[in-house]
Amino acid sequence: MIAALRTPRGLATALILLVLAALPLLTQAFDQRYLLSIGTRIVIWSIAAVSLNMILGYGGLVSFGHAMFFGIGGYAIGILSAEGISSGWIQWPVALLAATAWAVVIGALSLRTRGLYFIMITLAFAQLVYYVGSGLEAYGGDDGLNISRSRFPGLIDLRDKASFYWLCFALLCASLWFCGRYANSRFGLVIRGAKSNELRMTALGFPVFRYRLAAFTIAGALGGLSGILLANEGAYVSPAMMSWMKSGDLIVIVVLGGMGTLFGPLYGTIAFFVLEEALPPILNLAHKGWGEYWMIVFGPLLVLIALYARGGIDSLLGRRHD
Amino acid sequence: MKNKLFGTATIAAAMAFGLPAMAQSPIKIGFVSTFSGPQAAIGEDMRRSVELAKEHLGGKMGGKPFEIIYEDDQFKPDVGKARSEKLVQQDKVNFIGGYIWSNVLLASYKTVVDEGDTILISANAGPSQIAGDLCNKNFFSTSWQNDQTPMAMGEYLNTKGVKSLYLVGPNYAAGKDMLAGVKRTYKGKIVSEDYTKWPDQLDFSAEMTKIAAAKPDGIFIFYPGAHGVQFVKQWAQSGLNKTVPLYQVFSIDAITLPQQGDLALGTLGAQEWVNDLPNEANKKYVADFKKKHGTYPSYYGAQSYDAIMLMASAAEALKGDLSNKDKVRAEMKKANFKSVRGDFKFGNNNFPIENFYIQETVKDPQGMVTVKTIATAVKDAVDPFAAKCPMK
Amino acid sequence: MEYLLLQVLNGVQLGLLMFLLAAGLTLTLGIMDLVNLAHGSLYMMGAYIAWTLIGVTDSFVLGALLALPATFLLGVVVEAVVIRKLYARDHLTQVLATFGLILFFNELVRALWGPAGKSIAVPGFLNRTIEILPGVPYPAYRFAIILVGALVAILLAWLVARTRLGMLIRAGASNRRMIGALGVNIELLFSLVFGLGAVFAGLAGLMSAPIASVRIGMGDDILILALVIIVIGGIGSIKGAFIAAMVVGQIDIVGRAFLPDILKTFMSSSAASSAAPAISQVMVYVLMAVVLVWRPTGLFGQRT
Repeated sequence: MIAALRTPRGLATALILLVLAALPLLTQAFDQRYLLSIGTRIVIWSIAAVSLNMILGYGGLVSFGHAMFFGIGGYAIGILSAEGISSGWIQWPVALLAATAWAVVIGALSLRTRGLYFIMITLAFAQLVYYVGSGLEAYGGDDGLNISRSRFPGLIDLRDKASFYWLCFALLCASLWFCGRYANSRFGLVIRGAKSNELRMTALGFPVFRYRLAAFTIAGALGGLSGILLANEGAYVSPAMMSWMKSGDLIVIVVLGGMGTLFGPLYGTIAFFVLEEALPPILNLAHKGWGEYWMIVFGPLLVLIALYARGGIDSLLGRRHD
Repeated sequence: MKNKLFGTATIAAAMAFGLPAMAQSPIKIGFVSTFSGPQAAIGEDMRRSVELAKEHLGGKMGGKPFEIIYEDDQFKPDVGKARSEKLVQQDKVNFIGGYIWSNVLLASYKTVVDEGDTILISANAGPSQIAGDLCNKNFFSTSWQNDQTPMAMGEYLNTKGVKSLYLVGPNYAAGKDMLAGVKRTYKGKIVSEDYTKWPDQLDFSAEMTKIAAAKPDGIFIFYPGAHGVQFVKQWAQSGLNKTVPLYQVFSIDAITLPQQGDLALGTLGAQEWVNDLPNEANKKYVADFKKKHGTYPSYYGAQSYDAIMLMASAAEALKGDLSNKDKVRAEMKKANFKSVRGDFKFGNNNFPIENFYIQETVKDPQGMVTVKTIATAVKDAVDPFAAKCPMK
Repeated sequence: MEYLLLQVLNGVQLGLLMFLLAAGLTLTLGIMDLVNLAHGSLYMMGAYIAWTLIGVTDSFVLGALLALPATFLLGVVVEAVVIRKLYARDHLTQVLATFGLILFFNELVRALWGPAGKSIAVPGFLNRTIEILPGVPYPAYRFAIILVGALVAILLAWLVARTRLGMLIRAGASNRRMIGALGVNIELLFSLVFGLGAVFAGLAGLMSAPIASVRIGMGDDILILALVIIVIGGIGSIKGAFIAAMVVGQIDIVGRAFLPDILKTFMSSSAASSAAPAISQVMVYVLMAVVLVWRPTGLFGQRT
């Protein structure tokens, strides 16, 4: 543990986690409430990115529909809240169960395909969920739904921004710990092995399909968790949270951070949010009004990242030893 | 002289360090709209009108300078919410205006109004929830509630004696609101009610064929922005423009007309503001806008112009001191300013009680296609959700 | 009966337009193994270039004809600058990079042509209705789209089945390494095929312009549909793309024109009118999912 701090990667990660852990105190000390709002979103999106990384990074399964789990987790909370069930003890398990069940079903159907076909079939299922969401007229349809936050009486008040942030941060730490265990377990090794050579893994006697389905399901459940948090963060759910653009953003984040690395999704999310917040003001500094054309810079940046920085931010921190 | 110098220095220091609550600190206004991507044309039109309002006010409200911070919602609810959060929490603005889209407004709504320090003024979106049970003292509208405009159209169709109507709209929340709105007031026969795929359906051939077969007395549509352009063009190309008149809300405006051109001539629409309304404020606004940009302003722009003027009226009455929010809200509630739509009052839910007009698409003397008022559809209309709002 | 015929024609016209867009996509995917999300941007650029050229020449036909080589050129340039570097990469890299291109092109168009949409008028000689059967009018311009679309489909079928270029394309789709071994200048071939795809996309864009409008992001929504079509048809198969486009066109029309009435036979009228659009909105996605579950490489795709 201490030895890990000597590498630049270890040091950087420790620093980031330390800052994140103390963020509510820091933002209060410097009277920067807005930074805590961004921080909360970064932490929640990181959980989603960690979950996508489990299948995309380690497993090489390019799911172009991961934001649907945002939607399923979020809408489970939203619908229960609209029906008057506000207890988190009911809401959260139901939402997790819904995300898990849906992941099993579409995983079983999608994992029969490969390559572009897999990309497209996951997109198709995500679009399906998206349009079902926009069709839910009783729950706001396309306009979305304002909800009240989940209640955990006596335990935690999610309306308090600092408490809510620390809850999200604790869940992120738990997800990272879980993902670390997963990556180095026998189960994780099969998933990683099947990424580079599926045939060999099958020949070795591993039922690759079942392993992948299990991984897809876990990723779906964890994605559902981030959806639960996202709904509570904004006290609002809408179909837009699961549009295909959001799925694309998640892929960009995972690649940007470094695919198949434990902390890559965290780096990626931070970088993505910082870019989105900072690029327009920086361009505006160069010339007033340019900020609105930030995508003219962001687009080619994406091309360059895809072409030349496939190891992501993680690879900038030196070679890996594991 | 010395004093003046000191004052300038203080202003400079206050601006540089963003010191809050300095007597000379400028009034801050946030403006959230769509400035990038496919819908940027609407945001641009709103910004032009906001800038014009700033010019007309001489850059001052109640004797204080004001600055406007524009934020781009990218047509995404979550981005709009994050931008609104930034304006409230970091820039600590006095007012936030803008909001084209219902879903962006709904996503941003609680963050702004629950905070209590900032007053939100919607310059376009008017979802029923906010007019009804979610209404809030920190929210004002300078537009309308979604149902009102189609309801006005329905009333007009009754007086005109249109016996049967074919409804077409996009399959999303506002689309359903609009079609439901016209059904609230229209008493004739509804031949059919078609919802088309949103936003990816660009081709309306199947609908045109159905309409031709159904032979209604009129079509009622709601297609904002680019889809309105497509629907009107295809309606004209199918030859239906010679047999079935088109009645619309929010589908033909100053932004879409350059693309619809002559094809839109003769169509009728309902709106709470038209560019030829005969009041002084409007004449000045439209003339100056045309001089500057060579085109007519759209209703999005007019509502944004009014939003800034509403803020200015409160600041004027309080001599620039916006520290007491109760006083600010009370002043705003009076709607004591020259609106480009003519005078109006705020209802209990802070939505305008206003007239709606029927506009026809015509050519102006210079040959530019535009709209002109031909009738008043309803006077002092109150939206149907006001009763659900617990505010007095 | 006339009503049915008209609706079928509407579906054919929609399908042919989609086929034009899908053809280029499936070619680049099949022969170069390239997922090009920016194909929709070429569709948009085709329309914008045509708008400019029609304005300059004051003639729809002339402007459109000039726009085609222009989009070809644009395609070749994009290929040389970015796309060429993507062939050896995996699909994920290609998706990311070409997604970046979409953002770039959308903002570029806004910077060059402004945020407001543009409009191309239907050329005068087509701005009327024709009687396809006595007493059954149909918009002439839409009929022209059907003719042009069918012509291009036939041309493409001939190109793929009868010419040397077509032979190489077919060879490339089934065995990429082999064309290299044949001593063909692959760079040139790829450039050419990509340019060809760009022309088809541009043609689709400029032909749809008078019906729809020329606007930023016009290619983004339609691109997803085109991807759905080539995945249903099977990657690399022109025949598959054609059949899938026709099926999707008809399904789309059925969902819009007949589904409400079908639903009304077994549910209440108001339930039917709210369920029909929801169902028709997802029908193509359900179709794709069903096809892929049944045949994981599409209808006419290469078996792995």
